[in-house]
Amino acid sequence: MTNLKHPITASAEVKSESKPTVDQEVRTEEGIAYGKTVGKPYSDNAKFTLRDVNVFYSDVQAIKNISLDIAKNEVISFIGPSGCGKSTFLRCLNRMNDSIDICSVQGRLELDGVDIYQSKRDVVELRARVGMVFQKPNPFPKSIYDNVAYGPRIHGLANRKSELDDIVESSLKKAGLWKEVKDRLATPGTGLSGGQQQRLCIARAIAVSPEVVLMDEPCSALDPIATARIEELISELSQSYTIVIVTHSMQQAARVSHRTAYFHLGHLVEVNDTDKVFTTPEHELTESYITGRFG
Amino acid sequence: MTKKTEDVYGDHISHQFNDDLADLKANFLEMGGMVEQQLNSAIIALMENDGELADEVRAKDKEVDRMEVEIDEEATRIIAKRQPAARDLRLVISVIKMVADLERVGDEAKKIAKFAIGLVEEGQAPRGYIEVRHIGQHVGSMLRDALDAFARLDSEQALRIMKEDKRVDEEYQAATRSLITFMMEDTRNISRCMAVMWVLRALERVGDHACNLAENVIFMVKGEDVRHTPVEEAERIVGR
Repeated sequence: MTNLKHPITASAEVKSESKPTVDQEVRTEEGIAYGKTVGKPYSDNAKFTLRDVNVFYSDVQAIKNISLDIAKNEVISFIGPSGCGKSTFLRCLNRMNDSIDICSVQGRLELDGVDIYQSKRDVVELRARVGMVFQKPNPFPKSIYDNVAYGPRIHGLANRKSELDDIVESSLKKAGLWKEVKDRLATPGTGLSGGQQQRLCIARAIAVSPEVVLMDEPCSALDPIATARIEELISELSQSYTIVIVTHSMQQAARVSHRTAYFHLGHLVEVNDTDKVFTTPEHELTESYITGRFG
Repeated sequence: MTKKTEDVYGDHISHQFNDDLADLKANFLEMGGMVEQQLNSAIIALMENDGELADEVRAKDKEVDRMEVEIDEEATRIIAKRQPAARDLRLVISVIKMVADLERVGDEAKKIAKFAIGLVEEGQAPRGYIEVRHIGQHVGSMLRDALDAFARLDSEQALRIMKEDKRVDEEYQAATRSLITFMMEDTRNISRCMAVMWVLRALERVGDHACNLAENVIFMVKGEDVRHTPVEEAERIVGR
């Protein structure tokens, strides 16, 4: 049935100048033939335009010539077996890899058409626009209020205390945490439960009004109820933000995302509408992974 | 090719999952074999005026019904516990739909057995047996081929069955026309001829169910729903 298909003809909506230029040939690695990414990696409405991205840790190549668009207000999930490069790729999107000396990123990575790896580019400003939520909730050892207010303060988003109060309240409301903490904003954020802490981190991330929120396995340390809350939150947030989520839970990817991208050994194997990926994936490798045949 | 299809559902990391899917397939095929047998026996009972055999068919239908319920439960359990995706999901969903078709084939066999018993009591009908045998063989082989296509994941065979169904419909039309003509000429035998007519109708329905099975096999293999699509479209999908 679905045999290896390569190379795909890029979907019709691709503008000719944005077509990737390299990587037309088929490579073989560990007996698996990789072609160009199958499915729908490109979008007319791109927030992120990523072309021919290669990432190296010293001389080990972690990301191999990946080209992908991430559309405005879409929820896209990255799935794949451990070590496939999905987190590395996610961390490229707000230059989190900069802090790793041996890591080098090549290729074209544009946010709204502007290269995010320009040397003169302000990384702090980039990270305000592209927020991040991590696997383990990591609130600052400060009060709930200060956790959320931290970002707006350093970015000078509020002139008066009342403005800051508004930002804190609306962020906590968006993160679905306001009702639970409104009477104890001065207590430490670390005193909350795991699920609440994660929502606090989401509130902290969205307090600076980012355009994109990156989530690196945001639910892997949470129980099913807290997970359901976060997932609910993701679908609400997608109205105003672009969300990129790395997850080990395929069901989670199936539930929350519009598109799903499957990574394998540093290659982007397939990107397709989530509905398609989980019912009739185009690539044999995707099929094997989502049906539990390897991983 | 055969080797590939043999273990296409059997290479999960979880052996238990492999076993669950293998059991589901095996039980489905067992039910299919049982239904095939039921249909054959019902036709023989009618042709040979064998009331005893007809009684057996009617009694055995309960077993078919029981299998339907069991397989449905099994499939539900797999969905609940394994959250199958892609081809595994298509297998489970298809089995759920196909057991319903098999059960209906069982019902048609039971219906034929009922008319066979009626004709044992009333005396055989004067006409229609050749048509019953012919259409009976035709749909019987379609059913067998559909189960075979399921076992071997053979979408091309499934496509052939879809095409066969058109011929069965034509044969059925021709047979009813000739029976109607006969009844108009000889009104004394209307009730017995009607019994044969109902049997033909039941057989025609079996052809439809075999066709449904075939459509599900194509869905399982190709991931595309070919119900309510023209044959040319199904051909294009299978040919890919």
